Amino acid sequence: MDTFLQQIVNGLTLGCVYAVVALGYTMVYGIIQLINFAHGEVVMIGCMVAFSVIVALAPTGMPPLVIVTIGTAAAVPVCMMVGYVVERVAYRPLRNAPRLAPLITAIGVSIILQHLALLVWSRNIIAFPQIIELKLYHLGNSATSAAISNVQVAIIGASIAMMGGLLALVYRTKIGIAMRATSQNPQIAGLMGVDINKVISITFVIGAALGAVAGVMVGTYYGIAHYQMGFLLGLKAFSAAVLGGIGNLAGAVLGGILMGLIEALGAGYVGDFTNVCFLDQWLPGFSEVCANSPESSLFGSNYKDVYAFIVLILVLVFRPQGLLGERVGDRA
Amino acid sequence: MKSSQKLTLAVAVALALAACGKKEEAPKPATAAAPAGVTVTIAHAGPLTGSISHLGKDDENGVALAVAQANDKKITIGGQQVTFKMMSEDDQADPKVGTTVAQKLVDAKVAAVVGHLNSGVSIPASEIYTKAGIPMISGSATNPALTERGLKTVFRTVGRDDQQGPAIAAYIAGELKGKKVAIIDDKTAYGEGIANEVEKTLKGSKVAIVARERTTDKETDFKAILTKIKAKNPDVVFHGGMDATGGPMLKQARELGIKAVFAFGDGACTNEMSKLAGAASEGMACSQAGLPAEAASKEFKDTFNAKYGEIKQYAPYFYDGAMAVIEAMKKANSTDPAKFGPEMFNVSFTGATGKVEFDAKGDRKDAEMTIFRMGKDGKIQPVAIIKNGVSTPFKADAGAAAPAAAAPAAPAEPKKDEKKK
Repeated sequence: MDTFLQQIVNGLTLGCVYAVVALGYTMVYGIIQLINFAHGEVVMIGCMVAFSVIVALAPTGMPPLVIVTIGTAAAVPVCMMVGYVVERVAYRPLRNAPRLAPLITAIGVSIILQHLALLVWSRNIIAFPQIIELKLYHLGNSATSAAISNVQVAIIGASIAMMGGLLALVYRTKIGIAMRATSQNPQIAGLMGVDINKVISITFVIGAALGAVAGVMVGTYYGIAHYQMGFLLGLKAFSAAVLGGIGNLAGAVLGGILMGLIEALGAGYVGDFTNVCFLDQWLPGFSEVCANSPESSLFGSNYKDVYAFIVLILVLVFRPQGLLGERVGDRA
Repeated sequence: MKSSQKLTLAVAVALALAACGKKEEAPKPATAAAPAGVTVTIAHAGPLTGSISHLGKDDENGVALAVAQANDKKITIGGQQVTFKMMSEDDQADPKVGTTVAQKLVDAKVAAVVGHLNSGVSIPASEIYTKAGIPMISGSATNPALTERGLKTVFRTVGRDDQQGPAIAAYIAGELKGKKVAIIDDKTAYGEGIANEVEKTLKGSKVAIVARERTTDKETDFKAILTKIKAKNPDVVFHGGMDATGGPMLKQARELGIKAVFAFGDGACTNEMSKLAGAASEGMACSQAGLPAEAASKEFKDTFNAKYGEIKQYAPYFYDGAMAVIEAMKKANSTDPAKFGPEMFNVSFTGATGKVEFDAKGDRKDAEMTIFRMGKDGKIQPVAIIKNGVSTPFKADAGAAAPAAAAPAAPAEPKKDEKKK
């Protein structure tokens, strides 16, 4: 039970990070039907910028919370600028082009950003200075009971705050109305006096800001950063957005959290369920492998990345609009 | 007409000047009456990008140093002055890219390849080199399968995992007194290979293997696996993988409250671990399939540190690999791979990692294993050297103070003692 709870805690933390990044993907898709593959790289840039600031400030002895906040405060404007520039330079000229063109451009921008980061921060794995003192809060009384760390609490708390803030922005403010109108039908919204270009830029910028904070979270959680870290993270977050229903904000949140939980529980338990040596009596082909290593599994923990994507495929086969339904405008 | 005549004149003048320039240079280096020089390319292949690029770059520096020193010595082979050139390619630690790189190097007609870094890349690439008859010598690929296929052009300057695995396993069972051990590998040829060797040896020593997990070499989140292992309460956790996975794994283990001692193979036996895992790396144990840089040539260490900074791990082995190629060329008096390839079996010299000789399979003769522990200062310190299954505590002063000539003497002394017994 303790192990299960621990896996849930880990999965939830990971899921919150995926959810925040998925929001960026889903907002952009909802507005201009573009899968912004460069978003993962924006998260990576946020992580790297925060790293540079934290490394510069770590020797000064300021309290860790202040240092991380300053790091985040530095990462957010940089990422917002990156998001804005990418939109202006790469996507706006292709607004009326066939759907394939901006998609390929997005992949190209992703590669460019990766290699720009390689030039600036070098190819080595970057380790964050260990300034945050680890504190474990045990959920239970025994020594093996599940524990949640202060970093995990902070990540979950910050994610919930950001998701709530975004939902409030989209559903309770004027700019939110403009964003929803643009996503429903850009031409009519334009006729109604909404500045389409401005709204789209703001969407990108907000997505990038969320990505920056997600980047800082990932950096402090794992303690390492690498110029290629954005790729797989972005892919999983995009899958999470599709899982929940692309274009749907609540769907992105649900998809992200589900993705994290499935990964953690899959890696933790599927290995045990597919333990071929236990099934050896019925499956005679594995005796040789089991003689050497009595715990061989058909799908061990190295298939961790696979589980989330398998779930995605299954959901898309049986419910293509995602769990909570797509929310893309009427283009007719 | 006039302009074309001018052009012809200009080209003729340019050629004449160029020819004049060459004539002035040629007499300078020739001391042994060698009028023409020949350029020989020694290639290096390794991961120059990706998560272990710091190790790949380290290896490239080792080869570059060997090539630069060889050029300074102005070696003559087959009556001709040889200028060595290094051609370095990035294999991204990926077997697919490695085979493409191998083909590229073969097409470029290099004389020899010093590389690759990963066993999983070296093994498929070596087949391409063998077909072309180009010798390949790796300074870090430890998987036994590399030299077990009867290929006559594959060599290595490090030991093998069927020596390294038992060495670290014996340390786990003996010194670390592990009764319940969990093993995690990264599903690469190297990681899985060494993890299997450790598992085999520990089973022989009647140690309980409480968990046998697998991950990938690109993974960064190990909490799921570690939570599973935490429930089994191991004393020691062994990870077969590189520092790119070992570091985060160790850090996350401490975050989950796992108190076990962590042991690693040579892939994670670098000072980088203290940067990646922070305070969690203190007390970790790891093995290297060769003599540590401290016991090896001080001369190499100083030269390398002055030019390239800290030695990350395998630079001395790659240096020795390049030197072995050059020695073979000198012995065969030829830069033709078909001629100096067989001579590689006959080389014998003292390099940065001690005495370098190869046995009939291409493995290094009498390879010694070293066990390290990570100290408080964030640097790994050698604690024992294991040769032919016998462990000798490492004495820092015996190794460090001695220059190249004495370095083989330090581990040789205990060997003499054993012979007396």
